[in-house]
Amino acid sequence: MSAKTLFDKIWDRHVVKTMPDGTALLYIDRHLVHEVTSPQAFEGLRLAGRSLRRPDLSFATMDHNVPTTSEDRMTIRDPISAAQVEALRANCREFGVNLYDLQSDHQGIVHIIGPEMGITLPGMTIVCGDSHTSTHGAFGTLAFGIGTSEVEHVLATQTLRQSRPKTFRVEFTGQLQPGVTSKDMILKLIGLIGTAGGTGYVIEYAGEAVRALSMEARMTICNMSIEGGARAGMIAPDDVTYDYIAAQDRPFAPKGADFDRAVEFWRTLPSDPDATFDRTLTIKADEIAPQVTWGTNPGMVVDVTERVPAPGEVPGASARDVEQALAYMGLTPGTPMTEIPLDTVFIGSCTNARIEDLRKIATIIKGRRKADSVRVIVVPGSQQVRKQAEREGIDRIFVDAGAEWRYAGCSMCLGMNPDQLKPGERCASTSNRNFEGRQGKGGRTHLVSPEMAAAALLEGHFVDIRNWQPAA
Amino acid sequence: MEPFTTHTGVIATLDRANVDTDQIIPKQFLKSIQRTGFGKSLFFDWRYGDDGKPNPDFELNQPEFEGASILVTRNNFGCGSSREHAVWAVAQYGFRAIVAPWQESLGSRVPGFADIFCNNCVKNGILTIELSESDVDQIFAVVNARKGIEAAIDLEAQTLTLKSDPEHVFSFEVNAVVKDHLLRGLDDIALTLAHEADITAFEQQHNTQLPT
Repeated sequence: MSAKTLFDKIWDRHVVKTMPDGTALLYIDRHLVHEVTSPQAFEGLRLAGRSLRRPDLSFATMDHNVPTTSEDRMTIRDPISAAQVEALRANCREFGVNLYDLQSDHQGIVHIIGPEMGITLPGMTIVCGDSHTSTHGAFGTLAFGIGTSEVEHVLATQTLRQSRPKTFRVEFTGQLQPGVTSKDMILKLIGLIGTAGGTGYVIEYAGEAVRALSMEARMTICNMSIEGGARAGMIAPDDVTYDYIAAQDRPFAPKGADFDRAVEFWRTLPSDPDATFDRTLTIKADEIAPQVTWGTNPGMVVDVTERVPAPGEVPGASARDVEQALAYMGLTPGTPMTEIPLDTVFIGSCTNARIEDLRKIATIIKGRRKADSVRVIVVPGSQQVRKQAEREGIDRIFVDAGAEWRYAGCSMCLGMNPDQLKPGERCASTSNRNFEGRQGKGGRTHLVSPEMAAAALLEGHFVDIRNWQPAA
Repeated sequence: MEPFTTHTGVIATLDRANVDTDQIIPKQFLKSIQRTGFGKSLFFDWRYGDDGKPNPDFELNQPEFEGASILVTRNNFGCGSSREHAVWAVAQYGFRAIVAPWQESLGSRVPGFADIFCNNCVKNGILTIELSESDVDQIFAVVNARKGIEAAIDLEAQTLTLKSDPEHVFSFEVNAVVKDHLLRGLDDIALTLAHEADITAFEQQHNTQLPT
């Protein structure tokens, strides 16, 4: 038998049949559902008189619209948001879907609660009406975002008709420098290949620097695969993965003998040594500097040691695109990235709002105060993350630093809830998209790692965290 | 779904690369639980000023482009979020087809459209046409020289004809599966449910949690 990649092994195990047109009918093991991209799909089922084929494989929560302050959370003031959240409740009741509602201890961003509860396991196919479904690939799953028509298709058939994507292996050799994170790895990659560079591919991240990462850090990389155009990103499972799944509080993970049997199978998933990929790229992890975006897509990124580029200086972007981005961002070419003053620091999103992210920031800011010029919003990725942080006293560290400690949700990553930037406001954000208006109309977003956000909230501007010490 | 066979209409330009779905339909319009009513919000932040009036500087607001049903734009259109609301907005504004260039980058061919957006277009009967950068440059030049001209698309023949004088004909490639879907206006779910027995048989030997 010929050598197979991780992707091939999962794909081949899920092909129900090859259709006459050559596409595969692919079985879906887990369907994650949230309030924004599902109502029209449930309505489609109703109109056609169709049933939900596998409610037991569907898991829902509300995250995009959810207010994150205690006073607003249970009674959503925006009537349109409230109606959308209520529609999810009604649909889950009617079709028998597991819903983690606002009062649930497990409510949170769908891509954070899936792994947290052991819903996400190696070797699976996972889809969700959300482009950041790629996050789950960190476990050695094939996970990708779909539109609402495809959500309806999965609800009705538990399958998707898919053309086989191409494979792309990105190897990170060597070790990261202290202070450099998986967020910097993925931003560096997107800067190299561009925001469309991975379109049509499933990326497998490999190499020494990837092996050295925690599950949380691996999820950050896979999460942003879509920002490089790739619908899915994957990392082969290993002992780090199995240890994460074996943790006490994952109700859907296999236990005991089932777990052992599962691990035995999961160990067969990594790409065979002689497997070939349609495309490969090697990046030296030890040469990666902390990354900061300057423009209006995640590919518009530089090392923190660099300056804001001028039109004509950016490979892969036209002078006009750069001019538009600079005008929107209110930046002048030649300005050192470390001299850009900030108004807001947002810590949150499916990219970087896991307990490890909050712990790393807390270590840096403990006993210190934020810069007077910035407001700091911390939105844990899930209620479980929030509770764990509170058990560890991390919430106090944030509050004592002058930050707002919030409830779980997508929040200011996309500003569908009341958490938004004002026009012209400039934000260092641990999220995934710096598109125009993403965090609020006219808002200006710079994407960074949690550690870089921590330093920025203390200083009021970016610093090169590799040679920076917080003032005592 | 409405089949796509041939279409003739005004072709409008949007001279931007990497147009993301947040620009195509901003977040505040994603709260609707309906599948209709998105056309007026297409490109909202670019299209309207702070006073809510049409922004005269926005390309699509030029009077010559009124009623346009074909859009020509730059690389990586529809990147970002999976929101199908973006395609609903494009369709409900009145567009039936979008043209964007593929590019060569690092020895690899980069598609003109983002993956999920492209898929969502097929589900809604919108044709995405990829041409070379030089072809797209030429379309921009011709349209900008004579704003308001029409183009004719023949999906069966895989051609786009600019109704300029003289006419310019561009041939495009299209995935055979996508072409068949659009030409026949197929309902995917009904097609798949015709194979329900295969799905049931697969389910009986496939454990979704553990290996069997």
